[in-house]
Amino acid sequence: MQALGIDVLFKGINMQRLLGGLWISLRISLIAVAFSIVLGLVVGVLMAGDNPVVKAVTRVYLEIVRVMPQMVLLFIVFFGSTRVFGWNIEAEIASIIVFTFWGTAEMADLVRGALISIPKHQYESAAALGLEQGQIYRYIVIPQTLRRLIPLSINLVTRMIKTTSLAMMIGVVEVLKVGQQIIEANRKSSPHAAFGIYACIFVLYFAACWPISMFSKYLERKWS
Amino acid sequence: MELLRWDVMRSYLPLYRDAMFLTLRIGWAGILAAIGLGFLCALIRHYKIPVLQNIAGIYIELFRNTPLLVQLFFLYFGLPKIGLDIPAEPCGVLGLALLGGAYMAETFRSGLEAVEPIQMESALSLGMTRTQAVLHVILPQAVSISVPAFVANVVFLLKETSVFSAISLMDLMFTAKDLIGLYYKTLECLTLLVIFYLIILLPVSALGSFLERRLRYAGFGN
Repeated sequence: MQALGIDVLFKGINMQRLLGGLWISLRISLIAVAFSIVLGLVVGVLMAGDNPVVKAVTRVYLEIVRVMPQMVLLFIVFFGSTRVFGWNIEAEIASIIVFTFWGTAEMADLVRGALISIPKHQYESAAALGLEQGQIYRYIVIPQTLRRLIPLSINLVTRMIKTTSLAMMIGVVEVLKVGQQIIEANRKSSPHAAFGIYACIFVLYFAACWPISMFSKYLERKWS
Repeated sequence: MELLRWDVMRSYLPLYRDAMFLTLRIGWAGILAAIGLGFLCALIRHYKIPVLQNIAGIYIELFRNTPLLVQLFFLYFGLPKIGLDIPAEPCGVLGLALLGGAYMAETFRSGLEAVEPIQMESALSLGMTRTQAVLHVILPQAVSISVPAFVANVVFLLKETSVFSAISLMDLMFTAKDLIGLYYKTLECLTLLVIFYLIILLPVSALGSFLERRLRYAGFGN
């Protein structure tokens, strides 16, 4: 199997380097997800409210995120900000900004969907039982919303991890870039290494995302 | 100094137009293939055809849990090393079809599952054969249930085409990056990029919400 680059994988510290690259992707996505969940909760609650101005603004924001490819947003933030403001943003920071911007919209939409899926009679019945406004949210609305929301937001984590692979295109040295470097370095001794390396990266991404999406599916089934 | 140089933007237009046609060509070919593949996998999984359903299951999980960029790198740079040389354009279509097929399969399958078993039983008791029941009773309902998720998938797949520049296809991203690198007209290039993606995606997104309104109640008994 030497020709296919399996040997290159286990040569020196190549495997550690690949895993290090994967960690860079995971770190970007975890930071972005953390920001997205917090901001998305706020924006989502605002969207479910009934202020028309807030609704219109968030609606436009959601449409922009929904229609623009994340790559375009990355380019705008990474190249555009340098041009217009003369900022020199690091590629990693730029990706965190873009993925947070994207993730917040996705999360907000999930929050809004979960909130409006609670039927009105839940509020009314709770009020009829004599619960106060705070109690209605604490005991009736929030627990039901969370049950719907948690599986979907866990799913957002896997989507975020998959999306961070784009960071490579603006020069973040993550797992694909490290793979390319390893292939280049072993071009002479193992010209067919690309197969093994890229197959390995494929498996690494799968190993990172699959358990999370299984967990999300399990929760969804358990709670629905 | 003006913010945007219109003459520069106008001179770039033909390049962007060609790139858009490439994006559209690959995008729609990939999406059509994805619909076929997804439909096939959904039927296989739903009607539990032995062996095939396991293969379809593994395929769906593999491609739903990896990014398109990684899939394309494997298809375009990895496979030639074992003698499977695919040119860039078919490779893009293949990548998009494989990714999309996995997403479409899940969408169609949840549509099929949403059709009550009583529909099948009633159709059979009316004397229809199983194939007739599937074709005339189950599928029309399942398809209309999956329309919202289906449209979301189409928009998602069209957006995903933006990674094709990684396998040196001259799509919109590639053109923008190339022109920025050559002439440093960053803002003009990015503005055109946004405009052209809007031209591609806004009609689809609008058509999607129109379809959603028209088709949502096609199911029996709603």
